[in-house]
Amino acid sequence: METILNVKSLKKSFGDNEVLKGVDLQVNKGEVIVIIGPSGCGKSTFLRCLNCLEDPTGGEIIFDGENLVDMKVDINKHRQKIGMVFQHFNLFNNKNILDNITLAPNHIKLTKRNKIATKNFFIKFGNLFRKTQNKKPLLEVKTKKEIKAENEQKALALLEKIGLQDKATAYPSTLSGGQKQRIAIVRALAMDPKVMLFDEPTSALDPEMVGEVLELIKDLAKEGMTMVIVTHEMGFAKEVASKIIFMDGGVIKEENPPKTFFENPKDERLKEFLSKVL
Amino acid sequence: MDWSTKISVFFNTMKNEYWQELFLTGLLNTVKIAVIGLILGIVVGVLIAIVKVAPKYKRIMRILDKIFTVYVAIFRGTPMVVQLLLTYYVLLPIMGFSAVDPLVVGYIVFGLNSGAYVSEIMRGGINSVDAGQMEAGRAVGLGYGTTMLKIVIPQAIKNIVPTLGNEFITLIKETSVVSFITVYDLYTVMRAIAGKNYDSMIPYICMALVYIVLVLLITLLVKGVEKLFAKSDRKTTSLVQKKKRKAKVEK
Repeated sequence: METILNVKSLKKSFGDNEVLKGVDLQVNKGEVIVIIGPSGCGKSTFLRCLNCLEDPTGGEIIFDGENLVDMKVDINKHRQKIGMVFQHFNLFNNKNILDNITLAPNHIKLTKRNKIATKNFFIKFGNLFRKTQNKKPLLEVKTKKEIKAENEQKALALLEKIGLQDKATAYPSTLSGGQKQRIAIVRALAMDPKVMLFDEPTSALDPEMVGEVLELIKDLAKEGMTMVIVTHEMGFAKEVASKIIFMDGGVIKEENPPKTFFENPKDERLKEFLSKVL
Repeated sequence: MDWSTKISVFFNTMKNEYWQELFLTGLLNTVKIAVIGLILGIVVGVLIAIVKVAPKYKRIMRILDKIFTVYVAIFRGTPMVVQLLLTYYVLLPIMGFSAVDPLVVGYIVFGLNSGAYVSEIMRGGINSVDAGQMEAGRAVGLGYGTTMLKIVIPQAIKNIVPTLGNEFITLIKETSVVSFITVYDLYTVMRAIAGKNYDSMIPYICMALVYIVLVLLITLLVKGVEKLFAKSDRKTTSLVQKKKRKAKVEK
């Protein structure tokens, strides 16, 4: 099975406060890993370290054959393939829904296109001095309009999937929390990520809207999306997870499939935690 | 006190072409110094704000940051008059410039001075945007600069414009101190008229009125600009925009 993320003894400290004290985790393709734990145990920090929103202070994160902790790695390139969904949605307030979804794909594809166009320019210039039979062929390049239309089509298709296509031109401030979070998920999906990270996706929602967001995540799990989810929804964790991780004090205390995890907890702290939340 | 005579004397003076021209030059200089000062101030302010807000991984950024901190401290810590006098009568002679147009000195000093204030306005505006916006931009793989330009700054502008308008108003009123370095501005002209007619009352009342009108005009301008940027604030976009977007989507 293909390993997508391989985390080795990841460490993170804020000043003197060591939040992560060496976390190891392997995320395989198609796995849904749910992280639970008491507040302040470092589970959100761990998730944010995975795409270097917080710079880890030690350890390794192997993604696509490169170590993301290394400062020399082009982190932006890798972030395109790691989707992230935030607790507070963080939709771009100055863009409407469609622009929210297409902004990053447009920008990234247009940058690539412009590079090819520049190369073509030089080939054309070189061809002026070549004989007819030696002329180099031009590279294939799409027009800007085509790229934008393509991304827009894709975004609309994704919106239709979650039943919000009529909101394409609305601004985020006009939407409910549940709608915002679903659109935030779609925004991450539009980049075709290899793995998606969810940072307490339902914590800022009112109870009525939690359901619609969880449904969407479950659908993604069924489609085989690889996911790492930090959540407090135990029922959801039990249902969707292929592996549950209990974190406390900056380390992983227990790591098991949901059935063993809930029925046969070994760690004392986990037993105490489960007795409180279940 | 004979108001009607005073008023008629004043307006008789103003009918004279020479004084009219002088008044217009003064008014124009006042507006010019404020406008050019603000534009220079925005340029300088943006530069400083970029350095202040950007992450300081590189050494050059840290050095620039220190320099700009001192710069802001100096220009916010001394009165405009002192800055004008120091530049015109101390700095320029020391550097060997003798016949500099005082108006140009006015532009530069006002620009540098407002730059210090504008930089703080910009920094505040950018910092007031939720940090989650930057994080979301970075998380989808956009670079720091791109996220700043496309996401953070458009939102920050909404907070910046009203305060920037305030700065403009302060600036246009402060211009009255350029008379210290022999620039002909609104105040100097009115003082000259007062001296000519042996009456200060009417000219100075008129001066106040002109300043008020100028400030009111700026207020209107700022409100207009604010409306331009308030698009995503309102619950729904205007109908015209909606129709345009819908047509675009349907295509």
